[in-house]
Amino acid sequence: MLLRTILMIGALGGLLGGCVAERPAPFAATDITGASFGGEIRLTDHHGQLRTLDDFRGKAVLLFFGYTHCPDICPTTMTRFAGVARQLGDDARRLQVVFVTLDPARDTREVLARYVPFFHPDFVGLTGSEPEVADVARRYRVPFVKRPAEGGNYLLDHWAGAYAFDAQGRLRLYVAPDLADAALVADLRRLM
Amino acid sequence: MQTRQLFAALLLSLLAPLAAAEAALRVEAPWARATAPGATNGAAYFRVVNAGAADRLLSARAGVSARVELHTHTMRDGMMQMHAVPAVEVPAGGRVDFAPGGLHVMFIGLGAPLTDGAVVPLTLEFERAGALRIDVPVRREAPAGSATPAQHRH
Repeated sequence: MLLRTILMIGALGGLLGGCVAERPAPFAATDITGASFGGEIRLTDHHGQLRTLDDFRGKAVLLFFGYTHCPDICPTTMTRFAGVARQLGDDARRLQVVFVTLDPARDTREVLARYVPFFHPDFVGLTGSEPEVADVARRYRVPFVKRPAEGGNYLLDHWAGAYAFDAQGRLRLYVAPDLADAALVADLRRLM
Repeated sequence: MQTRQLFAALLLSLLAPLAAAEAALRVEAPWARATAPGATNGAAYFRVVNAGAADRLLSARAGVSARVELHTHTMRDGMMQMHAVPAVEVPAGGRVDFAPGGLHVMFIGLGAPLTDGAVVPLTLEFERAGALRIDVPVRREAPAGSATPAQHRH
């Protein structure tokens, strides 16, 4: 009797211990799984084709909002993402980096076609009309503000983070600008 | 005789601090990021190391763009706000990093893209040290040993 009780308690402990051990390690980036915001994106890529987020199912997606007249944050981030793609090695074919312009007035398809591939040939740039882009930025909670500058060369203040989607197309992570590359690579692998 | 000695002493006393200030302040590890085709604005980064008295960086000059300004980024309202700064303090015996995401020299209205391997002559105007002319190599990525990006956990 006593032996049976001990065995049962032991088995239960083993079960519970097993359950606790199964819980997945947290992401390094901010986990926003189940976020109610975001939604569909239907914009034109730098080849002139209409693209939606659905097109990228099967790949983890890194979504960044910027503009080509950005002197520092955007080229720094795009360069960083190119580095992340390199670090992924063969797994890079299961990553899609998407650059959405917050400045469609200047960032036309032609402009994006010269800008985006400079960082990586597989990156996709998206543009559209001002209302279309503003709608996507609003739904993804990306604040941006036009800052006039001399000679009409305006700049934008904007959110410098990025979003990561898993291969099933679900919005999963908010990627802060200072997240270490190695941590981002590890997180992205788990989304593939 | 006395006047000549006085004059020499005066000259020495004027020159000595100048010489000391120029030698004491150095600009290290400069680099500018190569720009994508069509990009009209660029940035240069470096580290200012000051072994001497406190100084201030007042302005920068370069021939590669219509305007050259000192800029920094501030995180506010969830956005990275970039704004020009009138001057950058360089504390005595201290150092200031110009790096991606933080302080930078901004090239506004580039005449041509900055290409990997090119060199941009840049003159930095300091209040005490005067004009420091440096050659800024253009690179796709930050070279090893350059000032590290600002870290702001938000």
